[in-house]
Amino acid sequence: MSYEALQQRPAATPSLTRIALIGNPNCGKTALFNTFTGSHQRVANYPGVTVERKEGRFLTPGGLELRVLDLPGTYSLRARSPDEEVTRDVVLGRLPGEEAPQLLLCVADSTNLRLALRLVLELRALPQPVVLVLNMADIARHRGITIDEAKLSAELGIPVLPAVAVRRGGTAALLAKLDELSHAPPPPCASGTGWAAPGPAELRALQREADRINALCVQRPTQPDTATTRIDKVLLHPIAGLLVLLGILFIMFQAVFTWAQMPMDLISNGFDWLGTLAGQMLPNGLLLSFLRDGVLNGVGNVVVFLPQILILFFFILVLEDFGYMARAAFLMDKIMGGAGLHGRAFIPLLSSFACAIPGIMATRVIDGKRDRLATILVAPLMTCSARIPVYTLIIGAFVPNRAVWGGLQLQGLVMFGLYAVGIFSALAMSFVFKRLLWRRTPTEPFLLELPDYKLPSPRSVGIGLLLRGKAFLRRAGTTIFSMMVVIWALCTLPRPPAGGSAPAIDYSAAAWIGHLLAPVFAPIGFSWQINVALIPGMAAREVAVAALGTVYSISASADNPGSLGHVLAGHWSIATALALLAWYVFSPQCASTLATIRRETGGWRWSALVFGYMFALAYVAAFATYHAACALGLG
Amino acid sequence: MPLVPLGQMPRGACGIIAAIDTTMIHSHLPPAELERRLLELGMVEGARVEIRHQGLFGRDPIAVRVDCHATFALRRREASAVMVRLLAPEDAK
Repeated sequence: MSYEALQQRPAATPSLTRIALIGNPNCGKTALFNTFTGSHQRVANYPGVTVERKEGRFLTPGGLELRVLDLPGTYSLRARSPDEEVTRDVVLGRLPGEEAPQLLLCVADSTNLRLALRLVLELRALPQPVVLVLNMADIARHRGITIDEAKLSAELGIPVLPAVAVRRGGTAALLAKLDELSHAPPPPCASGTGWAAPGPAELRALQREADRINALCVQRPTQPDTATTRIDKVLLHPIAGLLVLLGILFIMFQAVFTWAQMPMDLISNGFDWLGTLAGQMLPNGLLLSFLRDGVLNGVGNVVVFLPQILILFFFILVLEDFGYMARAAFLMDKIMGGAGLHGRAFIPLLSSFACAIPGIMATRVIDGKRDRLATILVAPLMTCSARIPVYTLIIGAFVPNRAVWGGLQLQGLVMFGLYAVGIFSALAMSFVFKRLLWRRTPTEPFLLELPDYKLPSPRSVGIGLLLRGKAFLRRAGTTIFSMMVVIWALCTLPRPPAGGSAPAIDYSAAAWIGHLLAPVFAPIGFSWQINVALIPGMAAREVAVAALGTVYSISASADNPGSLGHVLAGHWSIATALALLAWYVFSPQCASTLATIRRETGGWRWSALVFGYMFALAYVAAFATYHAACALGLG
Repeated sequence: MPLVPLGQMPRGACGIIAAIDTTMIHSHLPPAELERRLLELGMVEGARVEIRHQGLFGRDPIAVRVDCHATFALRRREASAVMVRLLAPEDAK
């Protein structure tokens, strides 16, 4: 029966309604969550705190409707970070406004039970009943690992069930058990003392007990997973491993820029078509201008990046599922450590090449608060795809398209150089922040499991892409949309007087602001028209291209920069163009990024710091570029 | 065999953990917390450790296989808290 059909049935009052998944990192917990809930899942924050809460709903074959909470992977319920404090409080029912789960499913990787058993032993002190799920049972069987489930269940005193989260029907036994438990809930295994954070002595005792049970119930072949050992000989090799990593990054960027081209053209043509349609159906006036220039143009300019973001996340999700991302962090830890960054910052910074927003959200994998902040502070310096239209426009208009140094294209080289400057300045700034803000603190330890490799599950990757796509579109539909409305109003109002001969924007509030800013930006070679374009660029950098088009009163868009470029080449000196490029390498003007930083750090303080330091960098860089170019006679 | 800190062992070396002593480690974490983090990764006395891989620069970080089960990445700085009784190559087989 479908989920929707069942929702319409009169609600019974089952005794079991809320369960939670808990387990070590890499135990396949999220795959199990996805198998249970499909797309019926919701990611939000816990009330009052900025910790991610992932909940889904599903139906058991027996018609039991369950809400399931996916808790972050952990080795112990002991809280090591604010995020883990929340997890602990949820499980213990101490978080106000959040009901404690009634049953805990402790998910374990069947091929690697040692640490999972220690976690189970710790969880037995909780008031809730615990069920141990032996996930990836198929891989364990394939490797010749046999687990005596009956004996394990007797030793632990809790139900033990095998599961294969990634295979259809692989959770049948588990679902049947949940139905059974809803009628006859198992008693909690707590001895009455309740849970307390285990100290070193308790951890040693628990691990010793776990090792005893492990030796008693699990038979393993003498050779551990040979495939992972063989693959790691190459992928973790000090030199070959780094070369492979570079190769993977190269393929990834090629894909992001070439595969995405067609769908991006489709989306932008689609929005153009809608704009034309609106022009035909509505009379020329404020409403049309609002719909076409404000709503369609604004949202379209952001939605057009969806293909690039999805392709980048496709690679990240597949590599993560395969088990490679931990290896990438291993290979990069020392290199990034030189700049004061944690090895785990590698993935968030990589995501920032698509857009700083998912990059900043991905910093949640970094345990240490300072390491996480350092990553958040420099993530906006990575060249996000929103800068590409601006770069393309200016390079196309001002950099001659000729070959240099045996076949390399000068335009391509400049583009590459801008990326390199972004990466280099991110590393340099993180070095500076570590020195200035956290001079006395040694770096946080790098402790990371390198899981066995496994084939990525298409379903898990698909669901991950769907969720990220939805989150991106929701943001485009809310934050960015409201920004665009404000900017449209600034650029449109007040209306030009009857008989005014200049372009309409000359009379608007935006033009007034542009002139007002002129004394600030004149020293770096910006005309007032550029100042005007910087204002809509606040919502999304790429909108600056459309805004320049409006200011120079010609119809040009990001995908047709030829004509606008021609006009700009007539209006600007090369020095001004280069200064604008330098400005955009650093420019802090992305309101959504600043809003995301505020949400992730819980205050405007860090957003203000990012805005301030990036503005200063952009100004200094543009100033230096402009005056150096002028001195070379390019003014 | 004498005790050697895990953080000073070469790649391929193998041994049995004899003690965890975090008091001399200059880490961001307080010694007791670092000890618990290492214990939570299964590095308890009696567990077997082997250095499988190491980074290019300064041979850091290292990938340690713990008790023939799981592999963990950590830096030599923190690994120096783990005191290991080395196994001779023939015993390691």
